[in-house]
Amino acid sequence: MKLKANIATSENGFIFNPATGDSFTSNAIAAEILGYMKSGESEMEIKKKILEHYDVELNQLERDWDDYMLQLKEANLLDL
Amino acid sequence: MYVSPNLNKSENLTIAVTGLNANDNPGPGLAVIRALRAGFGENLRIIGLAYETLEPAIYLRDQVDKTYRIPYPTAGTDALRERIKQIQEIEKIDVLIPNFDAELYNFIKIEPDLLQMGIHSFLPSHQQLAQRDKVNLRRFGVEHGFNIPADEVVFTALEIDAIANNFGFPLMVKGKFYEAHTTLNIADAHKAFHKLHAKWGLPIILQKFIKGTEINIAGLGDGKGNAISVIPMRKLYITDKGKAWAGITIEDEKLITLAKDFVKATNWKGGFELEIMREENGDLFIMEVNPRFPAWVYLTVAAGQNQPKALVDLALGKATDEMNTYKAGKMFIRYAWDNIVDVEEFQKLSAFGEL
Repeated sequence: MKLKANIATSENGFIFNPATGDSFTSNAIAAEILGYMKSGESEMEIKKKILEHYDVELNQLERDWDDYMLQLKEANLLDL
Repeated sequence: MYVSPNLNKSENLTIAVTGLNANDNPGPGLAVIRALRAGFGENLRIIGLAYETLEPAIYLRDQVDKTYRIPYPTAGTDALRERIKQIQEIEKIDVLIPNFDAELYNFIKIEPDLLQMGIHSFLPSHQQLAQRDKVNLRRFGVEHGFNIPADEVVFTALEIDAIANNFGFPLMVKGKFYEAHTTLNIADAHKAFHKLHAKWGLPIILQKFIKGTEINIAGLGDGKGNAISVIPMRKLYITDKGKAWAGITIEDEKLITLAKDFVKATNWKGGFELEIMREENGDLFIMEVNPRFPAWVYLTVAAGQNQPKALVDLALGKATDEMNTYKAGKMFIRYAWDNIVDVEEFQKLSAFGEL
């Protein structure tokens, strides 16, 4: 899963798609994941970091991850 | 955001501009003036040309130095030529920028006379104007490979039912010059037909509805097939008249290419606006082509391409390169402002035709 190259994100979780003019806001953890994705980290690497830094079970993380990726896909932000 | 005017220009310029009706269905005049002030700085004198006494920009004295009333397009070219001649004897206008669709035919017709008076302009030809007319747009699209929604031109209400059966609902009902209504049933369509007939005359255009995202493109063609500037904008807030009250510049090569293809196909000369609908699958439909700058043209300045200034340079025969970069994510958010004016000013314009 890769973010489209031209997607602009900010540290406070604001996402802007310059191709469509759409903008979104995300919470802190979502913004953190976006930051990792933008810097080219793999799904495995990102999940590892989340498990290390947050009190979350793998099962829960997997469910939330799938849900988040679905949202990014629907928002036309992923390079499929 | 305000773009600082270029104060280094030493050349004095007098530019006449129409379209001062900065209301809820705004003419582009005020935005064009603002762009010119940003581009040419303090040595610029703006002459407003107004049809009605309540066109708001007339009274914005920091934007418009002097305003003259001119005859309505229905008065014909002789009346227009005569009035401009009177004004020119006083003002020495260098460039004139018409901003209304309905007045363009007459201004194009008197273009050689204007030049003889020393007034430059940069206008499309009558042929170019006719090609993109709502009535001819579908044929133009078929000829040049552009997606244009299916439409039918009608002269009587009797024709509506059969076409509506074919196109289905929602159905777009459009006036000859301005206004479009999205109708949901036969009764709506008839009502819109009669309303537009009374306001703008015949014919009326019935157009198949296209669902998607509304995008507008402001552009400038050099008359030789080159697009000097192209800026796409997505509408973020749309009024009940279908006008963008807020918008944002976007970057999309497909949109840029479409506008460049349009300029190439027509050798378009002057400012223009493409009204685009982008379907969910990415297909782009040209809904309308406006033969002048849009009312949001100041956004092109904010994004890095001053289209009205470039038009003036072209009109004056100055070399103007294609502008290829701009900033995506620049927004405009229009606002309403109550300008306070003494009745004496209104009276002066009403009685003497100038202010």
